[in-house]
Amino acid sequence: MQRHPIIPIVALVGAIIAVQVTATLSGREYYLTQLIMSAYYTIVVCGLCLVMGYAGQLSLGHGAFFALGGYTTAVLTTLDFSSGAINLAATGLGRGLLKVGILVAQTDLYGRDFVAFTPWAAFIAALLLTLAIAVVVGYPALRLRGHYLAMATLGFGLIVYRLLLGTEWTGSADGISSVPGWHILPGVVICGKSAHRVKNYYVAWGLVVFVLSFIVNVVRSRTGRALRSIHDGELAANAMGIHTAGYKLKVFVLSAGMAGVAGSFLTHYNGGIGPSEAGAMKSVRYVTLVAAGGMANVWGVLMVGSVLTFLSLRGCFGSMDHAVFGGILILIMSFAPQGPLKPLGDFLSRVRSACRRAPRDSAAGRPGDGDLPGRLG
Amino acid sequence: MALLDIQNVCHAFGGLVALDSVTFSVFPDQIKAVIGPNGAGKTTLFNVVSGILRSDTGDVLLEGSPITGLQPYEIGQRGISRTFQNLSLFAHMSVLENVMVGCHCRTRAGIISSALRLPRHRRDERQAREKSLEYLAAVGLADRRDWPVAELPFGQRRLVELARALATEAKLLLLDEPASGLNTKETDDLGQIICQIRDRGIAILLVEHDMSLVMDISDSIFVLNFGKPVAEGPPTEIRSDPEVISIYLGGDFDSVTD
Repeated sequence: MQRHPIIPIVALVGAIIAVQVTATLSGREYYLTQLIMSAYYTIVVCGLCLVMGYAGQLSLGHGAFFALGGYTTAVLTTLDFSSGAINLAATGLGRGLLKVGILVAQTDLYGRDFVAFTPWAAFIAALLLTLAIAVVVGYPALRLRGHYLAMATLGFGLIVYRLLLGTEWTGSADGISSVPGWHILPGVVICGKSAHRVKNYYVAWGLVVFVLSFIVNVVRSRTGRALRSIHDGELAANAMGIHTAGYKLKVFVLSAGMAGVAGSFLTHYNGGIGPSEAGAMKSVRYVTLVAAGGMANVWGVLMVGSVLTFLSLRGCFGSMDHAVFGGILILIMSFAPQGPLKPLGDFLSRVRSACRRAPRDSAAGRPGDGDLPGRLG
Repeated sequence: MALLDIQNVCHAFGGLVALDSVTFSVFPDQIKAVIGPNGAGKTTLFNVVSGILRSDTGDVLLEGSPITGLQPYEIGQRGISRTFQNLSLFAHMSVLENVMVGCHCRTRAGIISSALRLPRHRRDERQAREKSLEYLAAVGLADRRDWPVAELPFGQRRLVELARALATEAKLLLLDEPASGLNTKETDDLGQIICQIRDRGIAILLVEHDMSLVMDISDSIFVLNFGKPVAEGPPTEIRSDPEVISIYLGGDFDSVTD
């Protein structure tokens, strides 16, 4: 239980590098494309794991938060802010933004001149908007005990989906395409060009490692214990001096923010986004992946989330996609309800405690050691 | 000065009056028991004091300042902690983690300092761990710290809940039927632990049906019947109070205690 959390994270980084090297050496670098996309979806799923698995609050709106991040990025980087109804460039504010380089005059693929925001500015706007909307959605629902968040987020997701479909400047059913690449660091561009694939792979999975370390650290802390106590007994947690409503809101907003960030990055990588990202089926899929990963088990969620999303993006399940997901969920729920990693972890800890017991007889009794729990005076 | 003042507290569930002008005080270093037949309003009283229910009228004062209408977590932070009649432990955590949750309101590390493992997080973790182990030792469960709490026998789970309540560094503990479900030996040990807690300077408000425990350890007893105060005084007085005797069994009190 007191295992240092850095070891599995180092192992993850090693696996990430090994996959890239193997893919490149074997001439199958094209696999990295789907791995990059699955990394971003994995961030959404891991964020949802924090809210759902640890704090026990069901969100059916994470697809919508992902879309919100993606669409904000797409709209701000592709819409022309120098003509029509939103002639921002003509205003004093717009001129100021142009001067500091937040708004940039540019030319698109078809030679059309337009003025739009830089990806960095769009990203920050996307993040702030996602966080703000998560507060608005979460605040009333999370003050109550019970499944109000599930209902509120389900409704929110449906609204976002319909709004995206019905709004002209978000591209209606077509969504938005020709989102430019994002020069996130010198020499690193978030875009789908195959020349940038390896760098993008490391950006995407680097972000996964960051989010995962964040979650792992939070779970093993004062905040994490507060979240888990809310899951197990909200009333008791409250009586112990934990501001339960505040923690639920904080973690929900944080998790929505992770979804928004992932949406923003993936939109740059894919060069566009469509309304199906906000669909209820997407949100349900994220929930399914958290459940299949073992709920309060971020490593299991990471593994199941990234592998299944990758296989699905490769088209391995064909048109049976949803059916295969359903089947896998049923199998995991029946045979390893705490996630596929749990039986493995149990086995490893049994091996470890057996090794430890060999040299010196361990005194502290653990269940299953043949030491009957007895009353102590 | 009294630690806890309950002044004219009334609470009704629809037409059912669960608490009717209840007034009493708990002093520091005191074990105060609230007794009464089933439905007397004891648990309602606890829920009002701990902020889970809001009294219709009347006030609850902690060290002279009103806590009426505060949220349970605010009351917890101000120094009142409680245990639950039907146990409310965090089933998916270890024994130690359960107690460490009790330390929550006495530590400050936020989500960012934890995520980045800043010094504040490390300091708070170390402090919470040391304190929790101390409280576990105080209830005799130090060597059970890494057990999943759900795998402990019932009597020990009661003690974990007690240690968790202690870890909030409360000035007043509300114990809701701490002896229910315990055998005689466990009840005796519990009585000793409760007295030790009192001797550390923590006041205790106790609801209990086990009369021999109540008579053994209480410094003062408050009797409720159908929400109405009936009597208040030290155990010897209550034991011979004719009205209390008639409420319980309508007969000789000693037949209940023995």
